[in-house]
Amino acid sequence: MERIPVLRMGPLLLITIQVDMHDKLALQLQDDVTRHISDFGSTGVLIDISSLEIVDSFIGRMLANIAAMSRVLGADTVVVGMQPAVAITLVELGMSLPGVRTALSVEAGMELLMGAVAEPRHGADNERSQA
Amino acid sequence: MNDLAEIISQNAELIQKQWIAGMAKSVQRSDLISKAELDEQSRAILDAIVAGIKTDGPTNVSGRGWDSARELLREISGSRARQGFSQIDVATFILSLKQPVFSGIRTAMAKNQDRLFETIWAATELLDRLALVTTEAYTTTREELITRQQQELLELSTPVVKLWDGILALPIIGTLDSARTQVVMENLLQSVVATNSKYAIIDITGVPTVDTLVAQHLLKTITAARLMGAECIISGIRPQIAQTIVHLGINLEDVVTKAKLSDAFALALQRSGRAVVRQTAPVNALNNVFVKRED
Repeated sequence: MERIPVLRMGPLLLITIQVDMHDKLALQLQDDVTRHISDFGSTGVLIDISSLEIVDSFIGRMLANIAAMSRVLGADTVVVGMQPAVAITLVELGMSLPGVRTALSVEAGMELLMGAVAEPRHGADNERSQA
Repeated sequence: MNDLAEIISQNAELIQKQWIAGMAKSVQRSDLISKAELDEQSRAILDAIVAGIKTDGPTNVSGRGWDSARELLREISGSRARQGFSQIDVATFILSLKQPVFSGIRTAMAKNQDRLFETIWAATELLDRLALVTTEAYTTTREELITRQQQELLELSTPVVKLWDGILALPIIGTLDSARTQVVMENLLQSVVATNSKYAIIDITGVPTVDTLVAQHLLKTITAARLMGAECIISGIRPQIAQTIVHLGINLEDVVTKAKLSDAFALALQRSGRAVVRQTAPVNALNNVFVKRED
C-alpha cells in the first residue's frame, strides 16, 4: 500500500509529502508519525510540503493535528516550503494553523528545530560574528 | 416622412451655419475643439441624418439605416469625453440642432399647419433620440476610462522591495480593498519564495485610513506569510491610525508593529542577527583625499 515515508535523522523526523494527499494516506501518516516519536523519542518533526500544490481543509486540519499530537508527545513540529497558493487557500479557509511553526526551506526548518533541541538562539550569535 | 430629409438636405448650408452659430453662443468650447473640426463634424452628421431618414424613417433610430449616424455620434461623443467636455456640452451639441431645423421646417411649410406640426414633432423626437445616443456613448467612454485607471492603479502600486538579504519591504499606497489585497498578498508571497526572505515589512504609511476590513486584509496577508515561514512586521502606523485601531478594537497583538519603516528594518536586522554599526573611519578617508591632492 502507498504510504508517505517518515525518515529518522538523529533526534528529528523528516517527512516529505510529494504525492497528492488523500484521506487514507493522511490518517496513515498520523499513525506513523506518532508511533515513530514514541519509539525513537524524537524531539522534532519536519514536514516538507513544497511539492504540495492542492490543499483542502482536511489536509490543513491534518497538519494541525500532527503538530498537536507531536507536542503532546514532546516533539516540536515545523512545516516548511509552503507554496504561496497553498498559504492563500489555507488563510481563505480560515485555517491559520496556530501552534504550527513554519520555515521557508528545509534548511531553515532544520535550524529552527536544532536550535530548539540544543541551546536557544545559538545560531543567531554565529551569524552575527560572520556579518 | 421624407419631407424632413428633403428640408434638411435642401437647407443644409443654412442649417449648418445657424447650428454652429447657436453652439457658439451656448456650448462651443473653442479651447477644446477647432472651428474646422466642428464644421467637418456637423456636416458629416447632417449628411448621416439625411441618409438615415431616407432609408429607415425618422423614428426608427436603432434601425440599420441609422448605423452610420449612430457610429459617427458615438465616435464624436467618445472623443469629446476624452477631451474633457462635460456631459451637458455633448448632449447640447445635438440638441442645439433643433432651432435651425425647426426654422427650416417653418419656412418650407408655412402654409400647411398640420404638416408643419407633424414634421416638427418627428424632428424633435429624432433629435432627442440622437441626443440620448450621444449621452450613452459619453458615459460608456467615461466608464472605460475609469476601469482602465483602476487596472493601472492596481498594477502600479504594489512593488515589493528588497532591503537586505532576507528582508523585504512592501510599501502600500492607497486604500486596501479586497481586489488589491489579493494582488498585494500574491506579490508578497511570490517574492518571499523567490528571494527566500524570512522577514517582510509591510509599510502602511500611504494607507489613508485603516478600518476593520483593511485590518482584516492585513492580518490575512500576515497569516499567509507566516504559514510559509516568513515573519511580517507592520510599520508606518501614523498616530491617528494607532488611535483608530484601538478605538475599533482591532487586535494586532500577535503582530509586530512599529511606527517607522526604519524601526521595523532595524528590528528585522536585529532578528536576523545583524547590526548596523557606525564607522569611525571618515576622518581617515578625508585625510587620504587631501594627501592625494597634495601629491
